[in-house]
Amino acid sequence: MILPLIIFSLCALLAVGGAVALILSREPIHSALALILVMVSLAVLYLLLGAPFVAAVQIIVYAGAIMVLFVFVIMLLNMEAEERTDFSKIAKFVGVPLGLVLIVWAAYWLAHSPAASAMGTGAAMEPSSTRELSKQLFRQYLFPFEATSILILIALLGALVMARKEE
Amino acid sequence: MGFITQHPVLVASVIKIAVLLFIVMTALAYLTWAERKIIAHIQSRWGPYFVGAHGLLQPLADGLKFLFKEDITPPVTDRLVYTLAPFLALSLALTAIALIPFGPPSVLIPVVGQQAWSITDINIGLLLVFAITAIGVYGVALAGWSSNSKYPLMGGLRSSAQMISYEVSLTMSVVGVVLLAGTLNFNEIIKGQSGYWFHFIPRWHVIPQVIGFLCYFTAAIAETNRVPFDLPEAETELVAGFHTEYSSFKFAMFFMAEYANMITVSCLATILFFGGWLSPFPDSWKWQIFLPGAGLVLLGIYCAYDTLTEMRGIARLQLAVVTLLALGGGLLCLYPPVAQVIQGPFWFTTKILVILFFYIWMRGTLPRFRYDQLMSFGWKLLLPVSLANLVVTAFVMIWPWLRHG
Repeated sequence: MILPLIIFSLCALLAVGGAVALILSREPIHSALALILVMVSLAVLYLLLGAPFVAAVQIIVYAGAIMVLFVFVIMLLNMEAEERTDFSKIAKFVGVPLGLVLIVWAAYWLAHSPAASAMGTGAAMEPSSTRELSKQLFRQYLFPFEATSILILIALLGALVMARKEE
Repeated sequence: MGFITQHPVLVASVIKIAVLLFIVMTALAYLTWAERKIIAHIQSRWGPYFVGAHGLLQPLADGLKFLFKEDITPPVTDRLVYTLAPFLALSLALTAIALIPFGPPSVLIPVVGQQAWSITDINIGLLLVFAITAIGVYGVALAGWSSNSKYPLMGGLRSSAQMISYEVSLTMSVVGVVLLAGTLNFNEIIKGQSGYWFHFIPRWHVIPQVIGFLCYFTAAIAETNRVPFDLPEAETELVAGFHTEYSSFKFAMFFMAEYANMITVSCLATILFFGGWLSPFPDSWKWQIFLPGAGLVLLGIYCAYDTLTEMRGIARLQLAVVTLLALGGGLLCLYPPVAQVIQGPFWFTTKILVILFFYIWMRGTLPRFRYDQLMSFGWKLLLPVSLANLVVTAFVMIWPWLRHG
């Protein structure tokens, strides 16, 4: 059982490192690449959790479709490297300590939650089948599923209307 | 030794990956040879002829040349992304092939008991292949961007636009098959196509899904950036498109990635529409297990004739080696136990080769689309047709009386 642990540590490190690189890099394309790295590492983590369908969809939708559009737009606009400004005083003295507190609090909460004690028992490790997942999605949770899709469609139409030139 | 006996699955997988990688790399090299030969004959030329008999050593010579050429990185490029792009393109293209089953899962490796003809057998194989091809866009797009030059940027932009557009149709055209098969597992999809209509027409998905297949094949050509959809590298307008600034082996990597992608989409077409490793002939035709051996022997006899009549000097020696290999392999394949085992891969490869031939044939025949034609074709014709195909398939699936009249 050492192999899953190695893969988990590697992907967790890559995900966190990618997220940090996303914020720190000045070149928009590098940020986009870092975000892709985060998404692919998350997909591997989903695989480890026994959710292969979610992992594949994560890559297809996020890394394969949404991020391609991001990269496309960055290329199309030929964006320059962004300019750095100094940290504002508020960010330095209030933001950073608050962020640290948030991280510690979240870590503490996660370590003591019931989910943490269930971890490692292998209960959730059984791969779920796509058939079962779709049955749940299209029978039990049909209404929220369709409602979400209509919501996304509305956002899409909204973007189209906003972007259209006035005649 | 302890490690090997403790982790038989891991060791067997690594060996299988190494063997497959070797085979695929060789196949890529000879695919370029076949392409040049076939197009040459379409255009009434000889094609490569002087390096080795019939130009058989040309891919090797090309590879060596790529290796020894100077690798020029223009100083204004984004170094990290410029280096990353070809690696991304090639590694993703090769990863997709690892998911393909080349033979029936019932054939096992003797000691370890693992499937001999596939590296993995996972339940969402089809989805994963699409996931990998979906990220494949980055290789081309990033190469175009990082070169920091006008033509590659235009090529990269065109290709990402084209690949995003045609990926939608590609995925949609395949959903019909998934509905018929009821699974995303490659081996299950193939098994679902066994059996015959009227005892001799194989129950391949291509017959009920012929529109789906045409949409898939068109979208696949566009997705692999081949003629008539090779706008990202339209020489007449864009020099060489996204890989204009690349030289030496990095250029070769893009080249290999393109051919690897061709092989992947041909494998997918074979699995989804042409029954994968199933034989096209009924099981009662017992003699068919001797077909691979007989084919090789015939090839050997032709080579022997060619060696004795046409070839001179060193080429005669080289072709003699090919003759011996073909005859020896053919005789080995005629031995019944061996013939039984290689049936699956034989039919699979034969089908792939036929589809690849169509690919190359198309390149030799068709002119290139204009960019606006390409876009309107993809969005206004291909996507609606594949969507309609999906809807009709779904209706037939939920109302069985439509199927029986």
